[in-house]
Formats: sequence, structure tokens, C-alpha cells
Amino acid sequence: MLSIDNLHAQVEGKGILKGINLDVKPGEVHAIMGPNGSGKSTLSTVIAGHEDYEVTDGTLLFQGSDISDLSADERAHLGVFLSFQYPVEIPGVTVTNFIKTAINETRKGQGLEEMPANVMLKKIKEKAKLLSIDTQFLSRSLNEGFSGGEKKRNEIFQLAMLEPKLAILDETDSGLDIDALRVVANGVNTLRSKDNAIIVITHYQRLLDYIVPDFVHVLHEGKIVKSGGKELALELEEKGYDWIKQAM
Amino acid sequence: MDLQEKLVASYMAQTSSTEDLSAIAKIRSSAIETFEQQGFPTKKMEEWKYTPLNKLVKTDYTVFPKKTKNLTLDDVQPYILHDVDTYKIVFVDGVYSAFLSETTHEGMDVCLMSAALSQPKYRKVIETYFDTATDSEDSFTALNTAFGREGAFIHIPKKKVVEKPIQIIHFSTGVNQNLMLQPRNLIVADQQAEVQIIERHQSLSDTEVFTNVVTEIFTHKGAQVDYYKIQNDHEEASLVDSTYIVQQKHSHAKVHTFSFGSRFVRNNLHFYHKDEAIQSTMKGITLVEGKQLVDHHTLVHHAHPNSESHQEYKGIYDGQATGVFNGKIVVEQEAQKTNAFQQNNNILMSDKATINTKPQLEIFADDVRCTHGCTIGQLDETALFYLQTRGIPQKEARALLTYAFANNVLASVTIPAVKMRINALIAKKLGVNLGFNL
Repeated sequence: MLSIDNLHAQVEGKGILKGINLDVKPGEVHAIMGPNGSGKSTLSTVIAGHEDYEVTDGTLLFQGSDISDLSADERAHLGVFLSFQYPVEIPGVTVTNFIKTAINETRKGQGLEEMPANVMLKKIKEKAKLLSIDTQFLSRSLNEGFSGGEKKRNEIFQLAMLEPKLAILDETDSGLDIDALRVVANGVNTLRSKDNAIIVITHYQRLLDYIVPDFVHVLHEGKIVKSGGKELALELEEKGYDWIKQAM
Repeated sequence: MDLQEKLVASYMAQTSSTEDLSAIAKIRSSAIETFEQQGFPTKKMEEWKYTPLNKLVKTDYTVFPKKTKNLTLDDVQPYILHDVDTYKIVFVDGVYSAFLSETTHEGMDVCLMSAALSQPKYRKVIETYFDTATDSEDSFTALNTAFGREGAFIHIPKKKVVEKPIQIIHFSTGVNQNLMLQPRNLIVADQQAEVQIIERHQSLSDTEVFTNVVTEIFTHKGAQVDYYKIQNDHEEASLVDSTYIVQQKHSHAKVHTFSFGSRFVRNNLHFYHKDEAIQSTMKGITLVEGKQLVDHHTLVHHAHPNSESHQEYKGIYDGQATGVFNGKIVVEQEAQKTNAFQQNNNILMSDKATINTKPQLEIFADDVRCTHGCTIGQLDETALFYLQTRGIPQKEARALLTYAFANNVLASVTIPAVKMRINALIAKKLGVNLGFNL
């Protein structure tokens, strides 16, 4: 599904990714871990298509096609979704209107008709319930004044509504208490299927207790320096990142 | 002959052929003298520093349009609100169109200025109100006072709550000629009367049209006037709109100004408080591009205690557009416990767009609350990226953020059909097909 080969990327002239190799197949969950500044968020931003991040070398293929020249919305139409570490507050746009616009613009981008209002409403209700989101919450301005937990739950709600093929969860666990973490993880797990894939970016093993990965990769100074199964996350939790750095 | 000379000469020519009340004739002749002495404002004047009139007053206009194109309903339908039942006072090239209008004299007067000026039964009202609210030293206003013979005359008697909004629409057709129009509106809301009014000026041709409109509004004790100006005229049209509102105790006057169209717009919006416990509300959304210029000059004159004024203007400027916001608040010594709020927020969408914003507070009372603020910024790039990752293309994402920036101004719009129309106009102006039913 996602095939990254020797990916180099820079922002404002500064090279951050220095040869990433990553292959994600449908049905898989990959965790990317690593210390601060290792390039985890840059990798997710590059995959999602931020125009300030320039791919300088290597390839970025999604379902076999090079997506490095596509805009973020075009990638979203293909089925790439990025859950933000810091979701942006947008006063004046309600959650409901935002999600309706996102769904219908995505459908338009996919050459589909708009979703009928009653189908949309039903889906919103169903997905809100899945994430224990109160319907009142849906008429509030997007992320404005939301708690950390509400913001993250809202991200996963959008994920559930948009049903992407590839979901990248960038530090979804940060700012969550254990109950919120469980709700969010449960929401993500419900959406797992053999057809879609998830990349979980996190500092800590904690989230991976709930969203169990098939593969764990350690990113350090813009490269994946170690890959393994879910036990690698436990090892990191125990030994810390210094162990990896020293091994380098 | 320049425009000023031409106007003065035209005035002389018309006075011999019209009959006015003698009191009005006197006001007009004094007004043309003021205009003749002052001429058009120049950039040297503080009030016109950022608003050049050169092009506007160097054009040759027909002052008395002769040929009026016959309009069909199809020509005008797009500019009239239909999804709500309304009274309509419609003019074409300054001439009343009975065909397009729906006026009334039942329990109130929703009719014509020309009728009010000429019929004896209105004499007392005219003598009481006509040209009493205006700034007689303002040369555009003086010019209108000299020429203005047609427009809307609305008189709502005591305790009458007008059941449906009133649309005042001035069309211009300008067949092969540039037009100068000078509509004059007079609105009187007696004690506890309530009325909603929508005003629009619309050119239907590619010729240059210069409208110099003056509106006087009187809100008596406890009256409520809810006024909407939809400024979305043709790109060759220009507008100088001077609105003077005189308020009595417990009255509430509310003016929303939506400026999307025209090449040049200058709004002078003045509120004068004649008693205590008055509310004045003025709100605006300006959304312009290209070489458009929109200038908002507001004045609230707090002269008595315990009154409030609330102003909130949002501006979005793209291309080489220019905006001016000058909000003057005067609080007289006697006007203790005044609560005046003023906010002007702007977004510049391009490097070449300009906004000149200036709060101007003159406060002589010591126990007042006056807050003001202005901001100039750009669309949040991170927010744009966020929307794009959700599948919303850049153009739509920019439109959504722009709309979100401006839309709290719409919260106080009480006519749903107006709100819907404004939403649609914003979407059209931004070139997107979004519902905006937030």
C-alpha cells in the first residue's frame, strides 16, 4: 500500500529525512518510535503532503503510484489520512459542517456524488457513538476550546467518518489520560480491517498496549535504524533510546 | 467643464422647472452653495486621506438620465430577495418603477420621497425631518440635498411592528451613458415602531455609474430599526453612501453593511444620540479583490448617559484591493456610563492588498467603558494544511477559513433570507460551491 524507498526530505533547506525505507501492506499496523527530533512528525507530514516539505531524493509510492507531486487534498482523496499531534482550532466552523465539507469534497475528488444528507447524519451519529462523542459537541466550533482528549477523539472521529486506506496517527496518545486513551484506541481498533493500514507514531509503548502493532520501527536522525515485532517496543520501554543511539 | 461645475450648472437649470416646498427650496439652495464652495473632497483632507476620488470625479456623467431601458423581470430577479415576502420600493435610473414595486399606505407609509416632498399631507413630516440629521458641511451630502428628489420614504407610526421587511432597490441601466444618481431616503420610526429594511444599488450595464445616496433615519423612543446594506454592485459602479441616524431613548438602530462589489465604495455611517439608554449596532463584512476600494467611516456620538454602541467590522482583501476603516467614537462629558465597543479585524490575502485602519476615540466623560481593537493578519497556513489533509482542496479550504473568519458578523442578522443571500454571495465571490450553512 505504502512503499517508501530511500526517502530524503527537507524543510526550509534543512535535511530531516535521510533515507527512509518503509513498506506497509494492507491490514498491517506499523509503529514508528524514536526520540524527539528524530524526524517522526516530519515523516508523517511528508506522507500527508505538506507543500513546505520537499522530497529531495527517493520514492514515495501509494498503491503503486508516485504521490510526491500531489497536494495534500489529492492524497486525502486517494485515502491518506493524518491525525494531527496538535489539531488546529478553527473558530466559526462547526465539527458537523467541517466533516460534511470534508466528506463531500473527498467524494467530489473521487468522482462520486455528494453523500445524501440522511446517510451523512446517520453515519455521524453512528461514529460519534463509537467514540463516545456527545452530539452537542458536534455543533461546537472545530477544536476551539476542546480539551486535549476531545481534540484527539475528534481526530479519530474524522478518521472514522472518512474511512481512509492509510491512517497515520501522529502522537495520538499525547495529552490523553488513560480513559481517553482507551476510547481512542478502541475507536481505532474497530476501524482496523484487512484492507486498510495504520501507522502509529509515538514516543511511548503505552498506546501500543491498546493498538497492537505488527511491526515496530525506530527512527533516529532521519533514518530507520531498527525494525522488529511488537516486542521491540517493550525493549525500548525498558532500555530507553540511548540503547539504540549507543548501538549506532 | 469639470464635474463640479457641471453639477452646479445643472442645478441652476433644474430649479426653474421644479416646484418644491419653499422650506425645501431654501435648504437646497444653501446646499448647492456649500457644494460649490467646497467642491469634492481631496486626499489632503484627513477624512479622505486613503480614498482617492480623482478617477471618480473626472468622469463625465449624465446627471439627469433621459432614456430608461425597459427592464423585464428576468433582468432584475437575481437582485431581489424572493424567499421572503417583502415590500419593495424599486427605482430604475432614479425613476420609480410601479411595475417592480410593492408599496403601502395601510397603517404606515412605505412609498416615495417624491410623493412625500410634493403632497401637502406629508408637509409637516418633511419639514420636521428632511435634512435635519445630516452633516450639512459634508460636500457629498450637500450635493445630494441639492439634487435628491427621489428615493424611499418610510414612516412607521407608533407601536407598529412592520410584519415583513422592506427592500429599497435602485437599479441603473445607463444606456450608452455614464450615470450619476442621487437617491435620497427618509425613514421615520415612531415610538416603539419596528422595521427591517434592506437597501441595494445595482447597475445592470457596463457603463460607469456613480451613486451618491443619503439616508436619514429617525428612531423615536423605543423604536427598532434593523437595516441591511447589500453592496455587491457591478465592477464599474461606485458608491458614496451617507447614512445619518438620530436616536431617541431606548431605541435600537442596527446597520449591517456587506461590501463585496463595486469599484469604489465609501460608507459614512453616523449615529447621533439624543437621549439616554440607546443602543447602536453597526456590523460589516468587506470582501474585495482586484482594484476595489471600500472605505468605512463610522461615527457614534454618545451625548447622554447609559447608552451602548457595538461595532464589529471584518475585512478580507485580496489582489490590490484597498480597505479603510475609520471608527470615530465621541463620548460627551454628560454621557457617563457609556459602553462603547469597537472591533476591526482584517485579513490580507495578498502582498499587494492594503488596509488602513484607525480607531478614533474622543472621550470627555470619566466613567465610561470604551474598548477597541484592530488586527491585520493572514490566513493560518497550518489550518489550511489541516483542512487539505481532510480532502478539502486549497481553494475551498481558503474559502472556508475566510468564511469562518467573517461569519460571526452574521449571527446578528435577523432575516434568514438575508443571511442565506450573504452566504451565497460570499461563496460566489470566493469562487467556491460550498453551502456555508454553519
